Amino acid sequence: MCGIISVVDRAGNLMDGSKIKRALSLMDERGSGEGAGYAAYGIYPEYADCYALHIFFDNIVETKSVVEALLRTWGTVVHDEEIPTYEQPNLKKIHTPWRYFFKPDAALMSGTSSPEEDIVTYLVMKVNTTVPGALIYSSGKNIGVFKAAGWPEDVADFYRIQDYEGYIWLAHNRYPTNTKGWWGGAHPFNLLDWSVIHNGEITSYGTNRRYIESFGYKCTMFTDTEVVAYLVDLLARRHGLDKEMTVRALAPPFWDEIDVMPEKEATLNRAIRLTYGSAMMNGPFAIVVANHDGIVGFTDRIKLRPLIAAEKGDRLYISSEEAAIRRMEPELDRVWMPRAGEPVIGRVY
Amino acid sequence: MAIGSVPLRYRISIDRDRCMECGRCVENCPYGTFRWEGDRIVVDSRTCTACHRCIAMCPRDAITLTEHPCDYRTHPVWTRDARESIYNQAKTGKIILAGMGNASPLPPIFDRLLLDACQVTNPSIDPLREPMELRTYIGKKPSRLSFKRGEGGEVELQTELSPNLKLDTPIMIGHMSYGAISLNAQLALAKGAHEAGTFLGTGEGGMHPAIFPYQDNMIVQVASGRFGVDVDYLNRGAAIEIKIGQGAKPGIGGHLPGEKVCADVSCTRMIPLGSDAISPAPHHDIYSIEDLAQLVRSLKEATEWKKPVFVKIAAVHNVAAIAAGIARSSADAVVVDGFRGGTGAAPKVFRDHVGIPIEAAVSAVDQKLRSQGVRNEISVIASGGITNAADVTKAIALGADAVYIGTAALVAMGCRVCGNCYRGLCPWGIATQRPDLVARLNPEVQAEHVANLIHAWTMEVSELMGAAGINAIESLRGNRDRLRGYMLDEGLLKVLDVKPVGA
Repeated sequence: MCGIISVVDRAGNLMDGSKIKRALSLMDERGSGEGAGYAAYGIYPEYADCYALHIFFDNIVETKSVVEALLRTWGTVVHDEEIPTYEQPNLKKIHTPWRYFFKPDAALMSGTSSPEEDIVTYLVMKVNTTVPGALIYSSGKNIGVFKAAGWPEDVADFYRIQDYEGYIWLAHNRYPTNTKGWWGGAHPFNLLDWSVIHNGEITSYGTNRRYIESFGYKCTMFTDTEVVAYLVDLLARRHGLDKEMTVRALAPPFWDEIDVMPEKEATLNRAIRLTYGSAMMNGPFAIVVANHDGIVGFTDRIKLRPLIAAEKGDRLYISSEEAAIRRMEPELDRVWMPRAGEPVIGRVY
Repeated sequence: MAIGSVPLRYRISIDRDRCMECGRCVENCPYGTFRWEGDRIVVDSRTCTACHRCIAMCPRDAITLTEHPCDYRTHPVWTRDARESIYNQAKTGKIILAGMGNASPLPPIFDRLLLDACQVTNPSIDPLREPMELRTYIGKKPSRLSFKRGEGGEVELQTELSPNLKLDTPIMIGHMSYGAISLNAQLALAKGAHEAGTFLGTGEGGMHPAIFPYQDNMIVQVASGRFGVDVDYLNRGAAIEIKIGQGAKPGIGGHLPGEKVCADVSCTRMIPLGSDAISPAPHHDIYSIEDLAQLVRSLKEATEWKKPVFVKIAAVHNVAAIAAGIARSSADAVVVDGFRGGTGAAPKVFRDHVGIPIEAAVSAVDQKLRSQGVRNEISVIASGGITNAADVTKAIALGADAVYIGTAALVAMGCRVCGNCYRGLCPWGIATQRPDLVARLNPEVQAEHVANLIHAWTMEVSELMGAAGINAIESLRGNRDRLRGYMLDEGLLKVLDVKPVGA
């Protein structure tokens, strides 16, 4: 189980979070009240040049200073504040969510073509593996993840999701199985610009994890979805594959399909499977991945989890259920069910 | 005669009520256990090797073989084997030879690794209804791909891939030379591999013309003796394998006794008739990793960079570092042969005491290659002690791309693992060159058995994958999450990077 819904406005118009909250709440049966979360792109225009680091602190006495010392070592904190939350009767506040608008000092990371991203990635891994009681769960520019252990509507009200305006929204209602319902385990999962929501279970996790860890990523969130964010970062950012090729690597066509393709296409697909076989994901999944220029949704190769797409004007919706989409937009231009492994891509113009 | 005779190992008896004195046991036993005395068959159990040929051929099921109870004084240290080895060496002053794999009663680690199956949260996949992909490519892979978009927006691949071997199953057959085994046996393996869509090794014996029709399924071996190696031989193979070491006898070379070098073997190996074929422990031109890298490149040059080149090493304590060195040569695959690997002949002391288990070796190699960021660029083939489809699955979950089977393929052709291959009298026509014995093996029939075995194991692997919710072999490779260790110590679990059961 788990319910996912996402929307992109391809013209870049902003949408507040009220509708997606209602849509996600419609899928309450897909969750168990132990995890829900939202991600929105374009919500921090005043700090668009800074990396918005969202951090859970177990308390703000012992661990916050350690994290801040690390941030000061690697760059400048332009602004920071406690993320505003509003007490909810059904949601117990466990951690203190804090946000930092951070500018890394590119001069400190040598030998790389993307020093700022590498500093932020380093800090995410460093804090999450070595600072007990602190967890960086959102680290992109002009984006933010808001998540907690609770029902979708309670989590939305806790963060007052309707007060944020973004041109891409991702939302997730969790039915935790592999790990307990804890705040860090709720979706979306994020690294830099990449956010991921996922319904399913990745049976290739052991392979994917060992593959991604050989590139320096460290899996710390005890859940299989985390690895998707890192795989996308590796393939799309570091290896420079576009969205379509990235999805092709993560959920490639079957050999039988490749064998009957025209030679050039077959060569391309064979090369992807040979090179990125360890990045290929197996097991039941429906996933939406976002970055600042759009979203892409796809399922496993035999579609063991539902995924539905719809369009209305500039807006593209991808969700587990059509009813959830219609809660956001009752009159749709087009509704369709993508085939297994076939990506649905919504690019901002 | 201070030592005298030792107790019988096996006792053969004939049920005289059932026996019709047809004499098939006499004809079938090359070890002379049965003989005529007048019109009656008598038995000399002392020469029996428990090869089971007589039992299999007796039309009246009149023959019984029992392991003879040891009548030495029982002792926990001075076992029968320990004492008899000493008696034997005290008499002969020689190294004791043994055939087949390690016979020490050490528990196989494979048996203490348990596989996973899906239940509610992720569905198991039914291989009868859903596609299950066991296709495996062996060879060098790029670490990343480069694309560019053409003018029409179409994707253009810019990275050129090295030649890879395409396998329909991750199960290959390891190297067994013509000489060590009969031509009929090698022919059966070659036909079987062809039918199963996989490959087998020539061993270090060259390639006999009878094998040419199956050359596209052959991996030609270059061992230290360089027997049968010329450019024609290299070009015939689908891939080339440099043999540095062998799991049954790490650190030593091979020796095919002159008696086995018949005219045909001498032609195929390009050595004089009746001469001992000795392949020394080191290659005469490889004394360092640089020398090895040079030979890899030389073989690639000779074959115009069209063939993958494998390097086979025995699983030894430092195997991971050695494999990392090989990965940095131009080699396309590293074959790691564990201490349970079989052989035609090895000094018993090596076979039973040198090397390490394949499970630990594969795990260590995979880990080391990953830590150095080169795992993806080279294939790893595990061999030595693969006894069933679960072992294949576990080896892949520990990090292998594919496995070699050896003894299992021989067993599919009738071998009873009697361990007397080095004597050249194999009653099943496998490890022998004696024409009357070789003729006992029908290549057509045995090829089918070999292909059947590979098909059956392949189906079992796909069922095991389906149960674990995995539909492509890539997602099983190195997937330690799908394994749990049962009754393994903490140190070994760490080496295997596997959690204990229940964790």
